[in-house]
Amino acid sequence: MRVDFDYTRSLGPVLSQFMTGLRDRRILGGVLSDGQVAVPPPEYDGSTHQPVTELVPVGDEGVVQTWAWVSEPVDDQPLSVPFAFALILLDGADVPLLHAVAVDSPAAMETGLRVKVQWAAETRGAITDIACFVPVGASEVVSTSSSTEGSSITEGAVTTLITPVNLAYDYAASPEESKFFRGLAEGKILGQRCPKCEKVYVPPRGACPVDGVPTTDEIELPDKGTLTTFCIVNVPFLGQKIVPPYVSAYVLLDGADIGFLHLILGVDAAEVRMGMRVKAVWKPRDEWGTTIENISHFEPTGEPDADYDTYKQHL
Amino acid sequence: MRDVAVVGFAQRQMKEFEGSPTCVELLVPIFAELFEQTGWTKDDIGFWCSGSSDYLAGRSFSFVTAVDAIGALPPVMESHVEMDAAWALYEAWIKIQTGEVDTALVYGFGKASAGVLRRTLALQLDPYTMTPLWPDTVSIAGMQARLGIEHGRWDARAMAAVVAHSRTSSLDNEYAVLKGAMSVDDVLAEELYADPLRRSDCAPVNDGAAAIVLAASERAGEASTRPAWITGIEHRVDPLHLGARDLTRSPSAAAAGKAAGSAGVDLAELHAPFSHQELILREELGLSENTRINPSGGALGANPMFSAGLIRIGEAAKRIWAGESDKALGHATSGPALQQNLVCVMEGR
Repeated sequence: MRVDFDYTRSLGPVLSQFMTGLRDRRILGGVLSDGQVAVPPPEYDGSTHQPVTELVPVGDEGVVQTWAWVSEPVDDQPLSVPFAFALILLDGADVPLLHAVAVDSPAAMETGLRVKVQWAAETRGAITDIACFVPVGASEVVSTSSSTEGSSITEGAVTTLITPVNLAYDYAASPEESKFFRGLAEGKILGQRCPKCEKVYVPPRGACPVDGVPTTDEIELPDKGTLTTFCIVNVPFLGQKIVPPYVSAYVLLDGADIGFLHLILGVDAAEVRMGMRVKAVWKPRDEWGTTIENISHFEPTGEPDADYDTYKQHL
Repeated sequence: MRDVAVVGFAQRQMKEFEGSPTCVELLVPIFAELFEQTGWTKDDIGFWCSGSSDYLAGRSFSFVTAVDAIGALPPVMESHVEMDAAWALYEAWIKIQTGEVDTALVYGFGKASAGVLRRTLALQLDPYTMTPLWPDTVSIAGMQARLGIEHGRWDARAMAAVVAHSRTSSLDNEYAVLKGAMSVDDVLAEELYADPLRRSDCAPVNDGAAAIVLAASERAGEASTRPAWITGIEHRVDPLHLGARDLTRSPSAAAAGKAAGSAGVDLAELHAPFSHQELILREELGLSENTRINPSGGALGANPMFSAGLIRIGEAAKRIWAGESDKALGHATSGPALQQNLVCVMEGR
């Protein structure tokens, strides 16, 4: 499973100047209360807690203060082949900057090594505008990727920063979830009953939220139930699969004690109401997998609405 | 100040947990074990507080799902921190100090094996100038270790001694995932992984959960014959930027230790995910040669995210219950390169 999200952040006065500088291929440091110059510039002084207001240009060459070899780079690091992360004291600065140094092997790295900036092919107002550092005198490396961070502001001050984040997970289903998904592959909706309070949960959970004990008794539920509550989705959003307006609803399957979130289609959104009786519409069998998407949506059965008392505990 | 003690501790740790990232299935038996230890039921618990992270679970509000393990009906008083559960314990301790409750159950859980932990943790850095470079935890620790080596504060041999001690101590810890008698030379014979670090200088990435029960003096005697009384608990933080501080030191650990009264402890459980960090902590906390360090094996034996710090407090408390220690400290860290530190000092009476 992959989770992707672009974080869009506004920049305050200090970082705005710093990022604008990077876009224009200049590195700025912040002057601290004791006169020291820090790169990147902090927004506030660490000892006096006063805002940092004065920024000064520093060199694009510097000296490695310490480093560690990255023998197995992870996604989105400045280089995809082994490299060194280092703290680099730029000429004119007193506080070192964290960045990558492109060298072939740890034997080529040492504290005290003089390195220079290699700018990205395209600069956008982000720390990744510095593609990496290379030893002074060494030839530039071909950047493996262009910066995806930053903004598209090419003139004037850079005031926002977009940072894409994507994370990959090996998502394991719990034993209860596993049974549930395997059941779906056979067209069954499986819930579990709490041995203590006898409530039936679907999808089954790791523990009964009332009693805090594992729910062990398996129970097959019908694919028919009562709509308890719903919302009409009118707002488009990233990754939306259905054209709005559409209805997202909790369906209390007959015999279950907890609502089941799904889509309601096959009926005008304005007609959808609490207490409406609905049934699952399954996709063609050859499209089934171990997924809740085997059920395309729920639609009205045409039965009379359920009595409010039958579902009032589930709102 | 109210006297508050640690009266219950349970944990589960493994290389890889096969269940859901919310770890509900792990928490249920842990809570059951705590009720057995204390003789209490969930109705005796006044406050519940957890530490975990959605970034590890890969889903939003994952801690809410974990509340299922409590059985929160009727509703319970509950809170959460996006930090190691040692900080949840701090919140619970404050809650008891307010007089609103007399008891609390604190828990932490995390399934680090679901993602690439050293990459995910880049999200705890400065989002403007650090995270976009995805500096991984191991590289940051490597830069810290080299600074210490090159400035003569420690050497590879001292780091290897920490590893060897951890692996040997971990033999007695059923939950340690890395264990086995090892000599300093065995460690030094290993090849470098993230120069200057060897793989064994780094804590393993593993899964787990743990929980602690706290009780004020009015109730502690019901649950334990020799409670571990908290005589000081403090946490401090250093600047986030790696260049903004001397990485070979941990002023926040020293400040937290001093404020919590760490002087004179006979046992310390230190949360040092990298070998050299134990060397920093020993010095900053002023631990003498006579202090017994990490009898559990420490974080190099097992380091489940969001509970490893809480486990240090639990392991230290266990030694007090057993009469092996009269004054012990549990330490927890968070953030890059020992940026944030919490010290909990406990005494047996």
